[in-house]
Amino acid sequence: MASDEILLRVDKLVKYFPITQGIIVQRQVGAVHAVDGVTFNVRRGETLGLVGESGCGKSTTGRTILQLYRPTSGSVIFDGVDLVQLKGEDLRKMRRKMQMIFQDPYASLNPRMTVGEIIGEPLIIHNVARGKEVQERVESLLELVGLNPAFENRYPHEFSGGQRQRIGVARALALQPELIICDEPISALDVSIQAQVVNLLEDLQKQFNLTYLFIAHDLSMVRHISNRVAVMYLGTIVELANRKELYADPLHPYTQALLSAVPIPDPVVEEDRQRIILQGDVPSPVNPPSGCHFRTRCAFAKEICAEQKPEWREIKPDHFVACHFVEDWM
Amino acid sequence: MPNQLLNVQGLETHFQTREGVVHAVNGVSFTLNEGETVGLVGESGCGKSVSMLSVLRLIPTPPGKVVAGSAVFRGQDLLKMAEDEIRNVRGSQISMVFQDPMTSFNPVLTIGRQVAEPLEIHLGMTKEQAKDRVVELLEMVGIPNSRERLDDYPHQFSGGMRQRVMIAMALACNPQVLIADEPTTALDVTIQAQIVELVKRLRDELGMAIIWITHDLGIIAGMAQRVIVMYGGYFIEEAQVKELYANPQHPYTMGLLGSLPRLDLDQKKRLVSIDGLPPTLMEKPQYCPFAPRCKFAIERCWNENPVLETLAPDHRVACWVDIKTGRAR
Repeated sequence: MASDEILLRVDKLVKYFPITQGIIVQRQVGAVHAVDGVTFNVRRGETLGLVGESGCGKSTTGRTILQLYRPTSGSVIFDGVDLVQLKGEDLRKMRRKMQMIFQDPYASLNPRMTVGEIIGEPLIIHNVARGKEVQERVESLLELVGLNPAFENRYPHEFSGGQRQRIGVARALALQPELIICDEPISALDVSIQAQVVNLLEDLQKQFNLTYLFIAHDLSMVRHISNRVAVMYLGTIVELANRKELYADPLHPYTQALLSAVPIPDPVVEEDRQRIILQGDVPSPVNPPSGCHFRTRCAFAKEICAEQKPEWREIKPDHFVACHFVEDWM
Repeated sequence: MPNQLLNVQGLETHFQTREGVVHAVNGVSFTLNEGETVGLVGESGCGKSVSMLSVLRLIPTPPGKVVAGSAVFRGQDLLKMAEDEIRNVRGSQISMVFQDPMTSFNPVLTIGRQVAEPLEIHLGMTKEQAKDRVVELLEMVGIPNSRERLDDYPHQFSGGMRQRVMIAMALACNPQVLIADEPTTALDVTIQAQIVELVKRLRDELGMAIIWITHDLGIIAGMAQRVIVMYGGYFIEEAQVKELYANPQHPYTMGLLGSLPRLDLDQKKRLVSIDGLPPTLMEKPQYCPFAPRCKFAIERCWNENPVLETLAPDHRVACWVDIKTGRAR
């Protein structure tokens, strides 16, 4: 169950990737502003959905939290420890408590390792089990994710996409982590298989009191699985609220447009639906617009939006928005 | 009676592979009327793209082969036409928009050249005439400053813009039928909304019929008049759009609809999942292809493959079981 205890605190996290030129002497000529100052908390036992379109920085945020990318600035406090300050062995020890499930189950499993080796590897690396113990743990993990324990000697290519994703889940669970970052875990799967994996993730969460950061672009699925939802646009979080409120009463113009763009599988509802169609494309993160990043596509943009970056404000209890004009339509 | 444009009967397509014959499409039949939008829905590998590619004779042979069936378009069987005759139909009377706007353009030709190509080939326009028409077409699909962009290459366009250019190219010769093969699957949701609006507007302006292939039951709900659901190379259900969503009759259709979370409803209930995996298509089953995953399967389902039967006018289903009662029909 979600509690009030904060497990993960991300504060003003920034990740820029340098763009360099030159072969022998590399000069930095610019930077991709992948994550441009995001602040949020994740509570123990909850699922926080992180949604946005491709290239908005949601996956980079996930990876920077785990220190797979080192942040340019900002802090990531996990269980009271600032991960950004940790190095080497200390960081490795913390990594046991946070794991990741990747998007593409075809690319994220080593094709030359058996399923047993893949799932058992973290146990050996972190020295929590050896020999026969590893095999026993692997078998029970396979069973836990709904695969036949006898499959441990098979290779990833012998499995379907949904089964491979289950293998990825089993590996992430091997070290009994507290936090799992799910990076688009179902978007490579067919519709009928997606529901299987989502149900599995929900069951495991209940069983082990897991905390999920669920990164996805499918807003309907995020509504289903999350307790709270954060919406990202071009490196910044524009809105964060609990699931019910965000979907019923979105306050940021981008959230409003994004929700209205999602088709609903019901022809009767679709018939009278009013859509907000955003014009143009997302600007390049190499040179994001000044002030509010969304202003170039926003129907309500005024001068101030180009001059000042909107503050990240708690506009209602537990409902955060970054927009100068929220009050106007509240 | 609406005017029938396309009548496909008993279409069957196989692929020869090292492991054996893949039965991709197993005898599907449908009709398409003038100005109508039909959604063809199914999961990856169910044969939805292959069935449409077969109609246009775009299946690479070998390994693929259309082994049976007919596809009559305005009195002529597309499957029996000579190669140069079908070439006259493709891209002029029936055109296609593909899923991935990244890989379906030629990267070394300018956009202007590629959109002009069907105009020069099918309509015999000169380069100059074609150029003006291309500008018009690009404007129609909402490419800003279209005259300046003629000499740009595909990589200089964003995904959404490329898909617009692809639509311009498909519509260049005013086709009567547009086959859209998952045209928005590779795009973000706000860009998808742009493209869907564009296609709807152009459909109403130009009056073409559309076959929209997708795995997304959401898009089809707001777009199609009629929906066909495909599974394992068979058509398993076909109905008017509202009827299908309100009253699905095949357990697979029902399962698909149940496995979708809804954006507009606050329901924190467990998703209905369909257990098991889609069939491999390596054999043509003598039983219902969905039986291994079906909660309702009875003995007959394992002995006989159901055929599409008419339940009500405009509603056909291939299932031996009445899912309302759980008993044989």
